[in-house]
Amino acid sequence: MNNKRQYEVVFIVDPTADEEVPKLTESFTQIVTDQGGAVTKSEVMGKRQLAYEILHHKDGTFVLLEIEGSGHEIAELERRMRVNDRVLRYITVRVDEDRRRAQKLKDRRARKAAKRPSHGAPARRGGPAMEFAENAGE
Amino acid sequence: MSTNYEDRPRGGGGGGYDSDDDQDRRPMGGRGGGRRMHRRRVCRFCIDKVDLIDFKDVRLLLNYLPERGKILPRRISGNCATHQRMLAEAIKRARNIALLPYTTD
Repeated sequence: MNNKRQYEVVFIVDPTADEEVPKLTESFTQIVTDQGGAVTKSEVMGKRQLAYEILHHKDGTFVLLEIEGSGHEIAELERRMRVNDRVLRYITVRVDEDRRRAQKLKDRRARKAAKRPSHGAPARRGGPAMEFAENAGE
Repeated sequence: MSTNYEDRPRGGGGGGYDSDDDQDRRPMGGRGGGRRMHRRRVCRFCIDKVDLIDFKDVRLLLNYLPERGKILPRRISGNCATHQRMLAEAIKRARNIALLPYTTD
C-alpha cells in the first residue's frame, strides 16, 4: 500500500507583507523538499477578509499548499510557520484517507450503475434496454 | 407532548434556538424551495452525490451557517448523518482559519 500521505496546508499571510508571499511560499516549499516531501500544488487563494480579527488584522492573503510525504515535513513546516510573524494562521489537513474513501465510493457507484442499469432511479432510463432484453428472450 | 417532535423546536421552549429560531428558518425556507413547508427533508449532498466536503468552499458552507453563525442542525437542513458530520467538520476547519466566523453578533 502506498504509504505516502497527502496534506493540504492553508496559511494566512499578513496583508501588509503581501509582496513577501511568493518568497514565503518558496521558502516553505524548500523546507518541505529538504525534508523529503513534495509540494504537489501551490496556489495563492488571494486576499480576502477574515471572518474575525487575528492579531488586529481584518484581512489576509490565503495560500494553499498540497504536500505529499511521510509527515515529518509537516512537523518542520508547522514549526517554521509558528515562529514566522508573517503567518497569521495555518491549518494542516490530512486528505489522502478521505480522498481514497471518496474515490472508493465513486468507483462503487460507477460499478453499480454499469452492472444493473435497471436498478433504482435510473430504471426509467433503462426502460428501453429492458424491453429489448425481453424481446430477445422471446 | 413528546409525540410532536417536529413542533418542539418551533415552540420556542427551552433550548439554544429560542430567540433566533425564526431567523434561522426563514433563509433556509427560501433556499430550500419550500422544503420546510412540505416537511420533506432530503440530504442535498446525497442527491448531488458528494463524497467530500471541502473546508475551503466557503460559499457552500455558508448555506448551512445561519445569521448567528451556528451550524444549521440536521433537523432543519435534512442532511443525512454522514454528510452532516462531514459538513460540521468542514465548517469547524473553516472557522479555524477565519474563513467562517465562530460567532456573529
